[in-house]
Amino acid sequence: MGILEVQNVNKRFGGLQALRDVNLSIAQGSLHAIIGPNGAGKSTLLNCFVGRLIPDTGSVTFDGSSLIGLKPHEINQAGVTRVFQTPEIFGDLSLLENVMIPAFAKRDGAYKPSMWSPLQGEREIREQAEEALASVNLADKRHQTANSQSRGNKRRLELAMGLVQKPKLLLLDEPTAGMARADTNATIDLLKEISATGITMVVIEHDMHVVFSLAQKITVLAQGSPIVEDLPENIKGNPKVQEAYLGGAHL
Amino acid sequence: MLNLDKSDLRLFLLVAAALVLAPFILNPFPEGSNLAQFNAGYPDLMQRLVIFGIFAIGFNILFGLTGYLSFGHAAFLGVGSYAAIWMMKLLTMNVIPAIVVSIIVAGIFAALVGFISLRRSGIYFSILTLAFAQMSYSLAYSVLTPITGGETGLQPKINDPRILDAPLLDGATPTAGLFGIDMRASWQLSVGDWLFTFNFGYYFAAVVMLIAFYVSMRIFRSPFGMMLRAVKTNQNRLNYTGVNTRPYTLTAFIISGMYAGLAGGLLVAMDTQVGADRMFWTASGEVVLMTILGGAGTLIGPVLGAGFIKYMENVVSKINETVLHQWFYWLPDGLEDFVVSVIYPFVGKGWHLTLGLMFMAVVIFLPGGLMEGLRRLTQGRKKKADEKTGGAVATPAE
Repeated sequence: MGILEVQNVNKRFGGLQALRDVNLSIAQGSLHAIIGPNGAGKSTLLNCFVGRLIPDTGSVTFDGSSLIGLKPHEINQAGVTRVFQTPEIFGDLSLLENVMIPAFAKRDGAYKPSMWSPLQGEREIREQAEEALASVNLADKRHQTANSQSRGNKRRLELAMGLVQKPKLLLLDEPTAGMARADTNATIDLLKEISATGITMVVIEHDMHVVFSLAQKITVLAQGSPIVEDLPENIKGNPKVQEAYLGGAHL
Repeated sequence: MLNLDKSDLRLFLLVAAALVLAPFILNPFPEGSNLAQFNAGYPDLMQRLVIFGIFAIGFNILFGLTGYLSFGHAAFLGVGSYAAIWMMKLLTMNVIPAIVVSIIVAGIFAALVGFISLRRSGIYFSILTLAFAQMSYSLAYSVLTPITGGETGLQPKINDPRILDAPLLDGATPTAGLFGIDMRASWQLSVGDWLFTFNFGYYFAAVVMLIAFYVSMRIFRSPFGMMLRAVKTNQNRLNYTGVNTRPYTLTAFIISGMYAGLAGGLLVAMDTQVGADRMFWTASGEVVLMTILGGAGTLIGPVLGAGFIKYMENVVSKINETVLHQWFYWLPDGLEDFVVSVIYPFVGKGWHLTLGLMFMAVVIFLPGGLMEGLRRLTQGRKKKADEKTGGAVATPAE
């Protein structure tokens, strides 16, 4: 029994069957990649995990309890944190504040109106946030506003916002898209380090370099259903994958 | 000190000093001079300046921090006023119970309105709050007349129960006070041609405003304040971060409703009367103007905006044709008439036109309000000092 169990999930948008009988089991502590061509349903699946979409049928069970019908903040409080593909950050706030917010949510729960204590007095939260920013090499920019950052920096900020929560399950939607090669490699190393601390990770990724350097297990999605689930070394040579994903070209 | 950082503390002390010295600052012109009508240092106006300052500070906690634009905040002001007047009718003419109850009642009403309105955001939220306020206004005029006095409004009468006060003598009028000190008590200081008035009611309201301002500063600088700013920037993302945004916005809504109730209670403490027109939608719009004009989301901007608008309303509206002719008597007759006829639409009853033009100028050239103007001025000066060439210094359209 994995930490995240997906059973018979179907999702239809009008005439389009976006997800078809998806069954997936993510093992505790693993680093699991979901790959597939554009339109395969990767993001739709991820959205079903975090409460942005509700599957038409089937169940999504995390840590023994169902996620279906929970609100996004409840799913996060249960220990599932999502890192977004397009940076969804708090543009007017400083990088430090951007990371402090998820840290507060982790420590204080979904609602705690602490109106009387100055933000500056929150040392513990501040240190956590600074540590997370340092891990993505943004420590020196912590007082700049998020909107003023480059796209690559925004991506790394997104990552820091996810990391600071030390979630049970970290969902990463193309964590390296838009990054320079050097940053991509740094991110791969960082994600490996985090994985080593025991956090379960699900990565959706286009970049094969990233997928094969990171993943311990890979699920290939095509036209809304998983066609293969295997170890990376077996995926490379699998003819079904090459057919669906690469149109027959060799990896 | 006061758990504020250095620049906030400086601002706080500046506001405190300005409030203490307001009778001097607002009365720069000697009595009897042509410019005396620009003086704003009389009790009635000074009271209004600080009371509407409180109203705007509270509105700013909702609008400035969360970005939720309420078009119905006058309803809370009105409800606070009615609650205060009933305390004066039933309990005592002491203003403390009146003000405390006005805050509580407005808070409860805000919880109800906010709970429903905050289910929507953006324009739909604004329309919902506007609908609630107009409903309150209509109800106060019609069905609720036994409670609100309808068109005539409410005033403390000599034969009201007032169970805590000693009965008044025949012919005496009930006056609001603080433990026996009359709110209307004034002391005048005359220096040369200048006349300065120190009014007890004003100083009472000023102390309340200072407290209200301090509370809003603490809220701005707290983790709660940061969450509200995050709501403004990206509420959706905040939910995915594990924060339940609805109770945060509702709390902000209730707090700003309580500020409005406080302002309403203080208005009653000063003039001991209330009418339903206090809840009319133009009153709700006015606080929006004040906040945006001064600078939404800044600490002191809304107070500046409130002061600015109330000053215009009371001073510019008093300039009439006779006054204009007095000013321009030195011009040749034909030219004098021409100048007066050009300026006339902008003053007196036409002060709204001036206000509207200024509001447009601020929104277009200074989206951050008067506070942005001040910031540009100080930054421009710094720049000038740095590089003596001057260069492109932004000139605010003030």
